[in-house]
Amino acid sequence: MSILTLLHVLAGVLLSAAALLVLYRIVRGPTILDRMIASDVMLTTLILVLGTEMALNGHTRTLPVVLVLAGTAVFGSIAVARYVSKHDKAHDQHEVHHGS
Amino acid sequence: MAPEIDVIDIVAALLLVLGAALSVAAGVGLIRFPDALSRMHAATKPQILGLISVLAAVALEAGNWATLLVIAPTILLQLLVSPMSAHMIGRAGYRTGNYRRDLIVHDELVDDVERASEEDAAPRS
Repeated sequence: MSILTLLHVLAGVLLSAAALLVLYRIVRGPTILDRMIASDVMLTTLILVLGTEMALNGHTRTLPVVLVLAGTAVFGSIAVARYVSKHDKAHDQHEVHHGS
Repeated sequence: MAPEIDVIDIVAALLLVLGAALSVAAGVGLIRFPDALSRMHAATKPQILGLISVLAAVALEAGNWATLLVIAPTILLQLLVSPMSAHMIGRAGYRTGNYRRDLIVHDELVDDVERASEEDAAPRS
């Protein structure tokens, strides 16, 4: 158990914890805007996971995927932000409970 | 692997941990901050510095110049493209009122809109 293995395990654990926190905000976000911001952070976390896997295994085969993801991550946010309507506010939560 | 640990591996691992820690900071900010605009402030942190640190670790592990020619456009693209999404989301959040009015110290956009409407009402000389 060298210090190098410890650092690698720490990076993996931190990335997993970040993904779980972001997933909580995607599920519980009151408005669609919060969910969009959280989805953006989830995509960034995915890019970091791909880069970490490349650095740990010592190959560079996933670099085109990272390039395309970093370039096209914006379009989802822009497309959703253009169509956010006025009646999508945080205090207008009429929660309809369907029978489970 | 040599019995003595290579310095480059240690530096790369530290950069990976830095990127992961920034991602965790963004997640904690998304959980703890009260409204959409402040959550956006937290979300933008790993998009630049985390990406730069992780790709620097990849370049250190690869150890050739050809890798740098791929990761430089990636970082440049993210630097160009991240403010666009932040601007669009912030504009949508401001217009739909998805922010806490009591947390804002001074709203400069209201002053600008009032001044612009006054200039429109005044006759052009």
